[in-house]
Amino acid sequence: MLANEPQKPVINTQLASVDESKKLTDFETKFEVKNLRLKYGDDEALKGINLQIPKNKVTAFIGPSGCGKSTLLRCFNRMNDLVDNCTVEGEVLLDGENIYAPKVDVAELRRRVGMVFQKPNPFPKSIYENVAYGLRLQGVNDRRTLAEVVENSLRGAALWDEVKDRLHDNAFGLSGGQQQRLVIARAIAIEPEVLLLDEPASALDPISTLKIEELIDELKDKYTIAIVTHNMQQAARVSDFTAFLYMGQLVEHADTNVLFTTPGSKQTEDYITGRYG
Amino acid sequence: MDKLNLGKHISGKFSAELSSVMSKVLAMGGLVEKQLTDALMAIQLNDKELADRVLQSDNKINQLELEIDSACTRIIAKRQPTASDLRLVLAILKAISDLERIGDESEHIARVALKNFNKEQEHLLVSLENLGQHVLVMLRQVLDAFARMDEDAAFEVHQLDATADRQYEALTRLLMTYMMEDSRSIPKIMDVMWSARSLERIGDRCQNVAEYIIYFVRGKDVRHASPELMKNTVQGR
Repeated sequence: MLANEPQKPVINTQLASVDESKKLTDFETKFEVKNLRLKYGDDEALKGINLQIPKNKVTAFIGPSGCGKSTLLRCFNRMNDLVDNCTVEGEVLLDGENIYAPKVDVAELRRRVGMVFQKPNPFPKSIYENVAYGLRLQGVNDRRTLAEVVENSLRGAALWDEVKDRLHDNAFGLSGGQQQRLVIARAIAIEPEVLLLDEPASALDPISTLKIEELIDELKDKYTIAIVTHNMQQAARVSDFTAFLYMGQLVEHADTNVLFTTPGSKQTEDYITGRYG
Repeated sequence: MDKLNLGKHISGKFSAELSSVMSKVLAMGGLVEKQLTDALMAIQLNDKELADRVLQSDNKINQLELEIDSACTRIIAKRQPTASDLRLVLAILKAISDLERIGDESEHIARVALKNFNKEQEHLLVSLENLGQHVLVMLRQVLDAFARMDEDAAFEVHQLDATADRQYEALTRLLMTYMMEDSRSIPKIMDVMWSARSLERIGDRCQNVAEYIIYFVRGKDVRHASPELMKNTVQGR
């Protein structure tokens, strides 16, 4: 800038100071974790976690193996109840209600909070029956209702066009990527509020992975999604918020755009840039 | 280079790629600094041979710019850098385009040294010296700051530009008086004026590089920010 030119006004947006990052507090909270401690026998896997999962957003959990991210994800629908010697302290509130309270109906909780695992696990049944399974369990038998839900769920999981002509074929005939989308269709058929995805794409080829990621983006309008992934770029691509866990502790939980460009903690920085801790 | 923390990647090859790009940038900076030094020297000593050499050397800088650009492209495509690594690659990409332009401006200055100034007009060239030396100091300091990614040093360079602007303004006034005194010498004076303009632009480009350093270290874009905001950013507030 020249001294004899009229002083250019400093741009008023105050570029550097404007904090464009999304704040957790700007969104409705779906899950709130309060001082959650979890032990497998004497091993403390989660050492006092506090965080919020915002509604209709995608929250990604990243961290090295054994940091507790899958364990934390499993706490959201009490999958850890199935593990022997597992003790849980603290609270996990779903819409303000503690899901670890004694009176909670775990089956109902798992209907509200669906889960998809790393390896697609379709039932040895037809494609149609896989998706209809949850509804049948709930006692729905009306064929028209079932057909409608199956179609909508398969459409929702971006699988309909690929399977509409062979709905009664065995689900094992589908490719890995299709099976994973089938499992997602099965999960959304019972209209859960939250979808937990534990490494949903780690066993899939890159194209199927992209389809799953695209699907996640579409599903977040209707569901709250929490995803555990080893693939950091995937977390960066699909999530709105990212939580970095290390050795059972929450190190950083922030807007994904911020976490991957200007992380607040040195540990996060070292992990996402692939440096020795 | 400890702020760069390059040696600690689990992938040694990634560290090596980043270090190699960084050394190329420093080499490019060295060449640009030499071009400006030589151009100023050529003006000061009326050394046409040296001025010629400046013109011929510019392509080395352009070549390096291309090399660094493609190395950064490869890193982005293959490594998907994040956080400070990402900011480093972006800072480098931006800094080299400013460095390349500083090289071009030096070339413009050297071209003026190739023109024939008669005895009475030689004092015109001398008038460029103060501004030239000031801008050269800015360039040296900003390159030094870039090598160390030192945000405080970068901020200092940023502040130095105000002096360059004042000197440029004073020089312009002086040259205008000469024009009024002797209209036949206007073409020569215009040449000097353009050189002064080139020097002033180099100061601005050093300022840009300083901003990229602050961006790398603090993760905040301080371009177009108010001076207080920039100061606070540098101090980490």
